[in-house]
Amino acid sequence: MKTYEEVLQDCALADDRIVVMTAENRAAIRTLPPQLGERFIDVGIAEQTMIGAAAGLALRGRIPIVHALATFLTLRAFEFIRDDVGIAGLPVKLVGGVPGFLSDGNGPTHQAIEDISLMRGIPNMQVFAPADMDDLASTLPTILNSPHPCYIRYPASTPTQVERTVYDIGRSEHVANGNDVTILTYGFLLREALVAKRILEQHSISAGVIDVRWLKPFDWEGILPLVRHSGLAVTFEDHFLTGGLFSILSEALVRNELSVPVLPIALEERWFKPGLLPDVLAFEGFTGAHLAERIRARFDKRPLSPKRTVHQEAVGIG
Amino acid sequence: MATDGGCFIGASLSCADLLVYLYSEVLNVSPDRVHDPDRDYLLLSKGHDVPALYGTLAELGYFPKDRLKNHLRTNDSIYWHPNRAVPGVEFHSGSLGHLLSVGIGIAMDLKLRKASNRVFVLLGDGELNEGSVWEGMLTAAAYKLDNMIAIVDRNEFQANIRTEALIPLEPLSPKFEAMGWNAVRTDGHDFEALHRAFSELPNESKRSNEPKKPTVIIADTVRGKGLPGIERRADRWFVNFTHDEIRMLLEELHGNAQARLTSDTLMVR
Repeated sequence: MKTYEEVLQDCALADDRIVVMTAENRAAIRTLPPQLGERFIDVGIAEQTMIGAAAGLALRGRIPIVHALATFLTLRAFEFIRDDVGIAGLPVKLVGGVPGFLSDGNGPTHQAIEDISLMRGIPNMQVFAPADMDDLASTLPTILNSPHPCYIRYPASTPTQVERTVYDIGRSEHVANGNDVTILTYGFLLREALVAKRILEQHSISAGVIDVRWLKPFDWEGILPLVRHSGLAVTFEDHFLTGGLFSILSEALVRNELSVPVLPIALEERWFKPGLLPDVLAFEGFTGAHLAERIRARFDKRPLSPKRTVHQEAVGIG
Repeated sequence: MATDGGCFIGASLSCADLLVYLYSEVLNVSPDRVHDPDRDYLLLSKGHDVPALYGTLAELGYFPKDRLKNHLRTNDSIYWHPNRAVPGVEFHSGSLGHLLSVGIGIAMDLKLRKASNRVFVLLGDGELNEGSVWEGMLTAAAYKLDNMIAIVDRNEFQANIRTEALIPLEPLSPKFEAMGWNAVRTDGHDFEALHRAFSELPNESKRSNEPKKPTVIIADTVRGKGLPGIERRADRWFVNFTHDEIRMLLEELHGNAQARLTSDTLMVR
């Protein structure tokens, strides 16, 4: 299986419209400068200039794919994305590094947990949150060929090892069957959802798992039958509660006049405690075991027991 | 455009002479080549001066002059800021501090293709408050974009206040020079002076041995130029004149009589 970098290199060498850009964040594209020469453009730590320049390159027929940490890309340069890429409808591809919990120990300034909310609000912007490199690398050529702008949550390096059947834009992957509950998730949390499924099985709860992958376009047709069948949907995401998957599913249900119970698991009105990823998951209650426990509690009709109290004071933020 | 809904007339008049000079003497563009990849690009980063651009484009035949009667009508795309649905408009703007970076992207593509066309970006002086402009200055210099020419419409006004009374810009040329640009200062209303300034632009044969740099033309202008009734008036930023006042202003423009402006033209925008 080729890496993201290898697939991007192949695409760029085959199509000279592709320009690889970065605001001095080369983690995902370290080997590309000598391969691409002048079609590798590093503007320095200047996200706004990167997006404006990407729009200018796209106006001239190029397909720019830009790289920066997800927070700086979607927050610092938000108005440039909205105005210069969004209003113009240019096919600029935006790759946000260390989104959600993947920012580990960086702290709240680096926690992109409103990126999906912001990017999906831009007309015609696509939003892709692959679970692993395999999914990203396999889908990348299709994204580069699409005439639309696209925001990509750059995934963790650990493979999820699930069988995938489709790599089309806007298609979810039905990863596991289940009758009692359907867990909807995206990004690396997919592997925690699969852990939760195995735990729930031991307690005679049959959980289905959907890798939503595309937050926009959202695979309503693929997801609805499974959600209706199980009778309980769980949205599981490293994003603020507002504007992410819980919002997207709720909007779709209401718009279609459907009533299905939804248990949202997301970051509610808070940033998360910085630390190494496994410790963050444990502290914040986002491991597979935590997820299984939350779902069991729901089935036991017990009140949901928050694993944690407000932590902002402890971290010294707020 | 300055009546029945109004427009930013003062900031348009300060750069009207610049646009006339650019379109008639400098830019390699024409109405029948608006999509020609070998054309020069002019980007209006201070988008609120779009009446000056539309007036110029209409005079040059990019679209019928009658189309300007669609100003603020929802059946067209002519409003207070540029829209590229109008022939000759290269990109939309409105939010300040964007089009230097968009111009950098166009200039980078031209460099990749070893093309000889150039990118001109018209900036407002108040717009220089925006940090993104200074980001772009560094990047344009780093990438040696000698095919990029920024033009500062130095009319000495922010929206409501003189630049030097709020966020002083002077000395301005040395700032650009320190950022790695060539800087040329000129009178922005005198065509002879403009001719001298623009003849100093980088040229493949003339400057091939010199370091490759982007160039800024700092054009000293007068906000409201040509209409003494509104020239250099901080309260004539966004104006919405009555038809009578427009008639008087046209008389004033032709030097016949001073206009008597009574309407409350100070509008917060």
